[in-house]
Amino acid sequence: METILSVRDLTVAFHTYAGTVQAVRGVSFDLKKGETLAIVGESGSGKSVTSKAIMRLIPNPPGEITKGEIMFEGRDLVKLSDKEMQKVRGRDIAMIFQDPMTSLNPTMTIYKQIAEGLKRHQGLTGDDAKKRTLELLTLVGIPNPEARLKQYPHQLSGGMRQRIVIAIALACNPKVLIADEPTTALDVTIQAQILELLKDIQQKTGTAIIFITHDLGVVANMADRVAVMYAGKLIEKGTVDEIFYEPRHPYTWGLLGSMPRPSDDRSQDLPAIPGTPPNLLHPPVGDAFAPRNQYAMKIDFEKEPPFFPITDTHEAATWLLHPQAPYVEPPVAIRDLALKYRPDSTFAKSLLKGGLK
Amino acid sequence: MEKRSKLLEVKNLKQHFNIGRGRVVKAVDGLSFDIYEGEVLGLVGESGCGKSTTGRSIIGLYDATDGEVLFKGENVHAKKSRKEKLKFNRSMQMIFQDPYASLNPRMTVGDIIAEGIDIHGLATSKDERNNRVYDLLETVGLTKEHASRYPHEFSGGQRQRIGIARALAVEPDFIIADEPISALDVSIQAQVVNLMKQLQRDRSLTYLFIAHDLSMVKYISDRIGVMYQGHLVELCDADRLYENPMHAYTKSLLSAIPLPDPEHERTRKRIIYDRPTGGAVGKSSEDSSIPPLREIEPGHFVSMTDAELEAYQAQLV
Ligand SMILES: Nc1ncnc2c1ncn2[C@@H]1O[C@H](COP(=O)(O)OP(=O)(O)OP(=O)(O)O)[C@@H](O)[C@H]1O
Ligand SMILES: Nc1ncnc2c1ncn2[C@@H]1O[C@H](COP(=O)(O)OP(=O)(O)OP(=O)(O)O)[C@@H](O)[C@H]1O
Ligand code: SF4
Ligand SMILES: [Mg+2]
Ligand SMILES: [Mg+2]
Repeated sequence: METILSVRDLTVAFHTYAGTVQAVRGVSFDLKKGETLAIVGESGSGKSVTSKAIMRLIPNPPGEITKGEIMFEGRDLVKLSDKEMQKVRGRDIAMIFQDPMTSLNPTMTIYKQIAEGLKRHQGLTGDDAKKRTLELLTLVGIPNPEARLKQYPHQLSGGMRQRIVIAIALACNPKVLIADEPTTALDVTIQAQILELLKDIQQKTGTAIIFITHDLGVVANMADRVAVMYAGKLIEKGTVDEIFYEPRHPYTWGLLGSMPRPSDDRSQDLPAIPGTPPNLLHPPVGDAFAPRNQYAMKIDFEKEPPFFPITDTHEAATWLLHPQAPYVEPPVAIRDLALKYRPDSTFAKSLLKGGLK
Repeated sequence: MEKRSKLLEVKNLKQHFNIGRGRVVKAVDGLSFDIYEGEVLGLVGESGCGKSTTGRSIIGLYDATDGEVLFKGENVHAKKSRKEKLKFNRSMQMIFQDPYASLNPRMTVGDIIAEGIDIHGLATSKDERNNRVYDLLETVGLTKEHASRYPHEFSGGQRQRIGIARALAVEPDFIIADEPISALDVSIQAQVVNLMKQLQRDRSLTYLFIAHDLSMVKYISDRIGVMYQGHLVELCDADRLYENPMHAYTKSLLSAIPLPDPEHERTRKRIIYDRPTGGAVGKSSEDSSIPPLREIEPGHFVSMTDAELEAYQAQLV
């Protein structure tokens, strides 16, 4: 598959009164045409900052992209002027924010809000704009769209509003859609509808999606590939099956293990990740996860691990993959899930020395 | 289970709100259920179905529109003397959804936790008071050094622990936890749930656990009640509910949960609930069309009409 967006060594800092917050610390990934890449990680790990950086929406001051490039169709978005970037935003790359109410204008009708983008990017006005608006509302599953045109956001339910936000994002057939926790504020039922909708639209339009969430259930449902983020860095990347069934990084184990599953034995404690995420004002030396990592070795506190490749599509930044690393067994819950579907999983064998590979 | 004693009895509880111009929101509209001593009852349902209102009404934050709530056999909403009220406040505590909004930012963590101890005169000396605070901090996985600090210096998970320590300070029997983990991070959610479970075991506490994360609810609850538009539509043992959900709304709710398992997600079929006519406005319409609960098998209650009984019985496996 053809790569449409390529992020290299993206580094974003915020200069605050307390010091410099290193929110994103050298993130690299590729997004391919028509795929969904999920970025997961706990609160404050830099997911939103990464996506805002791609949209060039980092407030400056206090924020700044200090390093890296974001290649899109042969151009580095980091180097574009504000005016050039405005053309990219909305037309080529669009974003859905978490809270539908903050991204809609409460004083404007639904029609006006959608038509605005159509006019700006495609020069559509009058009947053409109206026709396209109705098309979009139908696409996002709004019943009786004609009647909605003159309504205001507060007259719609939360799920409907999020559909309008999606319609606005899709107005210009963007090549890349960034969805930052688009369903976190919604009910499971409405969430399910929105996820189905996004998949359906992707099939029809071939849009590539970057899907940001901390809900691993949603990831399992939506993603083709997954990037796991911790303390401003990606620490593991792979296909959705590789991340769920053959995860390699202890943080990914922790994240997967702490999600309850209906089959869990309720008399057992949930395997929680101890401690709290590091302070990005003073990111730790070495592997940022080391202080919370029961498998941490001496080197983890001294030197940052590089990415070790596992397959063509799977890599993880942990010293455990170093050929000289000791034997380590992943947690039982992780192995059990892997073996349920992958009897030939590498987890079936007793792990080789440095042999998480 | 029938042998266990009832700690809380909710009988036909109604909580209506006047929202002006003669309009009424029937947030809770005829709820009946019991909570047994030492159990965790989970309460789930879509946003706006009345879960928080139920919790707030039980603890007496509202005057109930109708019905009654008995706690250890005594009516919660009945007029009480100041002394009785104090005693009641001590035995029932609430943990709130938002760990940011529910702690006074100008008080130290130690004073926040000790507030109940002071009000109820549970410590005879300053030393005893402070030692209790330190014990509580340790119980919830914090340290005594934290007592002199302020809420803003803590992460969400730590703040929720402070909220739990505050609730425990007065040694309650019953805790209403309204979405205690929704605002927390994935990795921290498990820490807090483990803590709540452990406390429940060690101190034989009883919980009403309100949440919309169904996997977490299943994990912590002994029984689960499913709410829909101010009514309970199903009430059942937690495992049994997942194994054999009966009400169409429960089925739809369970089928909508995405699980952290890609193979499962590829084959999951969502069941769509046909909302009874009236839909979201059903709440404000005159007669609610949700029939009362009936026991379809021991301990498994489903909202149904007489006519539906046979069809439900056929569904039992
Ligand atoms: N405007 C800002 N000024 C200072 N620091 C900021 C600003 N915006 C973000 N940060 C910091 O950058 C880091 C990453 O934040 P980000 O919003 O990307 O997290 P996230 O992974 O999206 O978390 P969540 O899951 O909570 O949305 C955090 O430490 C945050 O405090
Ligand atoms: N004080 C109030 N005055 C008027 N209406 C209210 C009041 N409190 C709640 N309501 C209404 O009662 C209904 C039930 O609200 P409640 O907060 O109990 O829902 P919930 O199940 O807790 O939802 P959520 O999952 O979103 O927290 C809603 O329609 C709400 O708008
Ligand atoms: S590199 Fe070290 S600390 Fe980091 S995850 Fe791997 S083993 Fe743990
Ligand atoms: Mg974010
Ligand atoms: Mg609520």
